[in-house]
Amino acid sequence: MKNNFFIKCDDATLICDKKQYKEASFWERLKLSYHLLVCKNCRVYPEQNEVLTKLLKIKAVELSQKEKHLSSSEKKQMKEKIKNNL
Amino acid sequence: MTISKHKLNPNKWIDLHSDYLYQYTLSRISDSEKSKDLVQDTFLSALKAMDNFQGKANERTWLISILKRKIVDYYRKINSKKGRAEVKMSFYESGENKGKWLEECVPQTWESDTLDTIESEELRLVIDLCIDYLPEKYAMVFKMRTLQDFDTEEICKELEISSSNLWVIIHRARTQLRKCLEDNWFNK
Repeated sequence: MKNNFFIKCDDATLICDKKQYKEASFWERLKLSYHLLVCKNCRVYPEQNEVLTKLLKIKAVELSQKEKHLSSSEKKQMKEKIKNNL
Repeated sequence: MTISKHKLNPNKWIDLHSDYLYQYTLSRISDSEKSKDLVQDTFLSALKAMDNFQGKANERTWLISILKRKIVDYYRKINSKKGRAEVKMSFYESGENKGKWLEECVPQTWESDTLDTIESEELRLVIDLCIDYLPEKYAMVFKMRTLQDFDTEEICKELEISSSNLWVIIHRARTQLRKCLEDNWFNK
C-alpha cells in the first residue's frame, strides 16, 4: 500500500505538512500534486498551511527571545533542598 | 600517572547548572512549572546517585543524562494518559470513507485577507489558544519540531518514536490548528 500512487486526503495533507518542514520525498510530492489535481477539498490546504507556517515562525522567534532563567528565590529554595538532602 | 577524574560538588550545582538545566527542560516540555519541578527532581536524584558517579563525564553532562531520563518518563506518563490525549480527528478513521475529510472539517476558503492580518496581535493570541488546546502529547512533539530547534531525528531518538509516528502527530496537530484558526479567526 505504501507505494500506491493514489492516496487519501489524510495522507495527502500529511505529505503537505511534511513539505512545510522540507522533509517530503520526491515520490511523496508527486503523489500530493496528483491528489491536489483531483481533489477539490484538499486544494486550499497547502496555501493555508503556508500561512500557518508563517505564523508559527513568528511564534518561534518570540519564544526564543523569552527570558529563560530561574529566579533567585527559586534557586534559593532549590539550594535549601539540596542542603537538607546532603 | 593518574588520570584526573571529574568531581561532583553539589553545593555549587544550583549556581553552575540550574539555568542550563532549566532551559534544556523548557525547550523540551515548554511548561515552566513542570520544568522547574523536573530540574528540582533531577538535583535530588543526582544527590542520591552520587555514589555511582564514576568521574568519566563532567558534572553537567552527568546531570543532563539524569534530566533526560526524567523528561522521557514525563513524556511516557503523558502518553499513557489516553483519555486526555485524544486529538480531534479531521478525517474518517474507518469505513468506506476512511482517509477522507470529515464533512465538518473540509477546509473552507478563508474570508479575511490572510497576509494583511498575519502581524496582528489578536491573531497571535488566537494561535496561542489553539496551540494550548492541542492534547499535551501532540503539543510536545509539535512544538519541539516547529517552535524549537529540534530536527526530526533528535526528537525520534529522545522520545523513542518512529519518524512516521512523528509525522502523524504533527499532521494531526496541524490539521487541528488549521481548523481552530478557521473557526476562531479567519471565518469567524
